[in-house]
Amino acid sequence: MAAERNDVEALIERGYEHGFFTDIESDTVAPGLDEDVIRLISRKKQEPEFMLEWRLRAYRHWLTMSEPTWANVTHPPIDFQSISYYSSPKSRDDAPKSLDEVDPKLLETYEKLGIPLHERAALAGVAVDAVFDSVSVATTFKDRLAEEGIVFCSFSEAVRDHPALVERYLGSVVPHTDNFFASLNSAVFTDGSFVYVPKGVRCPMELSTYFRINAANTGQFERTLIIADEGSYVSYLEGCTAPMRDENQLHAAVVELVAHDGAEIKYSTVQNWYPGDEEGRGGIYNFVTKRGECRGDDSKISWTQVETGSAITWKYPSCVLRGRNSIGEFYSVALANLRQQADTGTKMVHIGENTRSTIVSKGISAGRGQNAYRGLVRIEKGAKGARNYTQCDSLLMGDRCGAHTFPYMEVKNPTATVEHEATTSKISEDQLFYCLSRGMSAEDSVSLIVNGFCKEVFKELPMEFAVEAQKLLEVSLEGAVG
Amino acid sequence: MNVSPAVAPYLESFRERRPALPGGSLPWLRQIREAAIAQFRDRGFPGPRDEDWKYTRTAPLERQPFRAATGDPEDAADADVARCAGRVPAGCCRLVFVDGRLSRAHSAFEDPGDGVVVTAMRDALERPPEALRRHFGRYAGREGFPFAALNTAFADDGAFIHLQRRASTPHPVHLLFLSTGREPDVVSHPRVLVIAEVASRALVVEHYAGVGAGSRCFNNAVTEVVLESGACVEHYKVQLEGESTYHIASIEVQQAENSHFTSHLTSLGGRLVRHDINVRMAAPHARCDLQGLYLASGRQHMDFHTRIDHLEPGCTSNEVYKGVLDGRARGVFNGRVLVHPDAQKSDAHQANDNLLLSPHVEIDTKPQLEIHADDVKCSHGATVGQLDESMLFYLRARGIEERSARALLTFGFLEQMLETVPISWLRESLEHGIAGRLPGAADLPGLGDREEATS
Amino acid sequence: MLQIADLHVRVDGKEILKGVDLEVSAGEVHAIMGPNGSGKSTLAHVLAGREGYEVTRGEVRYEGRDLLALAAEERACAGVFLAFQYPVELPGVNNTYFLRAALNAMRRHRGEEEISAMAFMKLVRERLRVLHMDQALLKRPVNVGFSGGEKKRNEIFQMAVLEPRLAILDETDSGLDIDALRDVASGVNALRSAERAMVLVTHYQRLLSHVAPDFVHVLNDGRIVKSGDHKLALHLEEYGYAGVGEEAALS
Repeated sequence: MAAERNDVEALIERGYEHGFFTDIESDTVAPGLDEDVIRLISRKKQEPEFMLEWRLRAYRHWLTMSEPTWANVTHPPIDFQSISYYSSPKSRDDAPKSLDEVDPKLLETYEKLGIPLHERAALAGVAVDAVFDSVSVATTFKDRLAEEGIVFCSFSEAVRDHPALVERYLGSVVPHTDNFFASLNSAVFTDGSFVYVPKGVRCPMELSTYFRINAANTGQFERTLIIADEGSYVSYLEGCTAPMRDENQLHAAVVELVAHDGAEIKYSTVQNWYPGDEEGRGGIYNFVTKRGECRGDDSKISWTQVETGSAITWKYPSCVLRGRNSIGEFYSVALANLRQQADTGTKMVHIGENTRSTIVSKGISAGRGQNAYRGLVRIEKGAKGARNYTQCDSLLMGDRCGAHTFPYMEVKNPTATVEHEATTSKISEDQLFYCLSRGMSAEDSVSLIVNGFCKEVFKELPMEFAVEAQKLLEVSLEGAVG
Repeated sequence: MNVSPAVAPYLESFRERRPALPGGSLPWLRQIREAAIAQFRDRGFPGPRDEDWKYTRTAPLERQPFRAATGDPEDAADADVARCAGRVPAGCCRLVFVDGRLSRAHSAFEDPGDGVVVTAMRDALERPPEALRRHFGRYAGREGFPFAALNTAFADDGAFIHLQRRASTPHPVHLLFLSTGREPDVVSHPRVLVIAEVASRALVVEHYAGVGAGSRCFNNAVTEVVLESGACVEHYKVQLEGESTYHIASIEVQQAENSHFTSHLTSLGGRLVRHDINVRMAAPHARCDLQGLYLASGRQHMDFHTRIDHLEPGCTSNEVYKGVLDGRARGVFNGRVLVHPDAQKSDAHQANDNLLLSPHVEIDTKPQLEIHADDVKCSHGATVGQLDESMLFYLRARGIEERSARALLTFGFLEQMLETVPISWLRESLEHGIAGRLPGAADLPGLGDREEATS
Repeated sequence: MLQIADLHVRVDGKEILKGVDLEVSAGEVHAIMGPNGSGKSTLAHVLAGREGYEVTRGEVRYEGRDLLALAAEERACAGVFLAFQYPVELPGVNNTYFLRAALNAMRRHRGEEEISAMAFMKLVRERLRVLHMDQALLKRPVNVGFSGGEKKRNEIFQMAVLEPRLAILDETDSGLDIDALRDVASGVNALRSAERAMVLVTHYQRLLSHVAPDFVHVLNDGRIVKSGDHKLALHLEEYGYAGVGEEAALS
């Protein structure tokens, strides 16, 4: 085994592929946070009064809160005054009107990231909104979508063009008082994506957003709001990368989803923020609040995530199942290699009758990574006939990593059925030997086995994302054979 | 330092009783007690922010201080003792405690077997043998569990069981703790220490029962079990007190190489009940089995916290807890398995299954795995649900009406946990206890009468 | 004893039985044969009173009463017995206790006294012998850890103890080795009597070569497409179900 281990370790050493940063001038506000900074952000974005009021309420509430400590992660205290809360690529005050207006260097960046932005985007049938540091820079396919009545734009545009929708839904799933990082986000978020799918419309293409943190010392606080009106359907993809930097950078996003009667939202994430180096220097702190509400009867929200990056991931995409017969799903692959710490999972809150949820979580621990699944399944008193099934598997690669499972089940209705199963295993020598004896390299064998382990989750991803996710996993796992 | 009003009476009581506690003149023991009361003072009762007490509030306990019983333990009625004891065969070594203190008249210090010493804890603390001194208080209260500290400070009776190398108990040692409820607000701090030396085998039954309804009382128990290499200890705990009893207990287990510990817990009684079982497998190839069953109804609140530490390679743990909740009962299960770095070849399995019978119950279950080694086989599962419809139909298709069918299946659900109990008198009394508490079981005469069913 | 008239049954919105007519008198043994998915098991379950089957048309009378109006346990107490195709495991429920509870439920229903422990054990031992069943099975939980053959024997054993008036055996022969099949068949034959009727639901005729039926019916696509005597079973064995379906379509 020793020889194999060496092979594998050699493989791990491949660097972080997306670790370039784009040399463009950016307009960055000096680090620090107070009410003036919030007023400045709101002014720069030309927001209506209600937005500023809401931000200030969130900020004042945030001041009364302290950072949560319950997660199975450790990090030095974050100095929230050393972060810059606004950074936009400096070209003009207005966002570009079309791709032609976008800084070619930016476009180059996206090319490097493999984002199908212009023609390739058309071929792939993907509409993209790209958020670069704090500002949304380009949204493709807007017109095509507008024909169907679908709004897909940056959050700033939505505030400007659809203030009534924003006012009605913003904070209705994740209130500005929800938790420490969500409150901070509510106060300072600079951009993000907004989607509204009208009644009965099935969105004809995948909607996609790419997030990238580029400038040093900036925090990224984007906010996504997706509303699927009655009987509509939308599939939304989100990809994230950041350049290599020695310092830790903060990413504290909020995503809110609302599904009305009979609507379905599918939300997929491939997260590959910079994970830091082997010694745990640098990397992104990914403290994200994602929550969807199945507000209407027969609605469905499905989260799929592949989390391979970030120094620390603190993320629990959740479903509030309020409507009768509504369905919540959570499919996750989380990888913790190097000194990464992942504490991720979901909450399924069953309120309505006959609500159903499924949780499939695959945790992979390697190197000195610590991977925790933390999940809550709560069956409220009125959730007659509710059902949950949870399956939580961990794969350990190497003897210096950790895999942890913290499932909370709170059941207040006797007609509910809740099942939780968890297993922990490693890649067995038999499996490995079998592959090797069929002529595969150790690296290929491992990636084959790991892919098999993750299959149930990958099959939930849209095709082009599934391929990317698989590649990402391979790169992130290089050398991690135990 | 600010001491909360709930804690203060216990500090005062400690100052008063300190000189009279057994072993009061022994400096080492005094030191242990002083440290324990200080720990309790600093820690206080658990608060709402305490993750280990997330679902269990001890407020009803704190509202009024409890104090030691003053009545004579010998005054307990023979009939009460006999009724609570169950059909224990002759020859069993039995210690009976009444409101926390040994009643010699009701006890039977039969020969516990060659190389086996069974003593009342009070006597053992007055003239502590070397083994007791080496182990007493070394394991309890490690995690800052305030109730264990409180017990250590006040412990004045219970049992000390010592098995020498290769010794074994021919019959189970039966420890019966009776709560009479004849005085209001009585607390007792039962303390049990079992030391099983190399390759010895012990069977211990720790049995809590109440006499009638009676007034409020509080049993704050601590059991420490030490297994040397190759030792085998089976610990059966039966908890059947009345509905005005608070029962908080911890069982602390330390295991050496190749030892095998079995804990079997049946919890049917009490108002507010909390059990903590902590097992440290501190040497290779140890094995532990934790089995539990609970049936709560009315306003009973039952909370089970277990923690199994796989500290060394090659250890095996197996845990199964099954519970039934009815009425307005609330159940909590928190099972934690920790596989420490380098504890390779660990094998850990855990399951918690719950059956809910009423719309007003609540169960909070949380199986936890924390794993720091890669070559392990670990799994856990938890379920909350109802009786299986196809099973119900099968029974009804054989003419058994629905209510009885439900009772029979519920009984069967718990009975599975009794199938492995090797002590027949104990199994019978548990089956009776369960059958007697099940809704609908009245229509099933003889349910729980094992000998009739299989003769 | 049993009259089924124009029985239509839906399961999950799908029509499975599309007008079944069948008459069974005391003393008769009927075999209902048919390919997979023809509705055989649905018929057995509907007669036993399983929930989830929606009778949309037709009626079933049993000894002059409306069988469909009775709950499952009332049917059992009235003498209807279903031997399950997949006997259910009842963990923690002692086999003997279970059987005695069932027998006493029926006796109470008939206004008889409950059976004494002694008389019950005598009865049980006697019946066990016929089926070559291991007495140890009695002490085990119902069907838990039983092999496929043991489960089927246990069904027939229960039938022998409960002595129903109408016994419906749902695929009791499937999955049995030759010895178990012979034991099951001798158990069934021992119970044949002038007062008792039996309906054997089966895919193959292997059980029928041990238990000669008075009538054989072929169920196909929710209807009885052909009826005859035991020779029909042999015909099916040789030529399969396909021919029967065509024949019916032609006629």
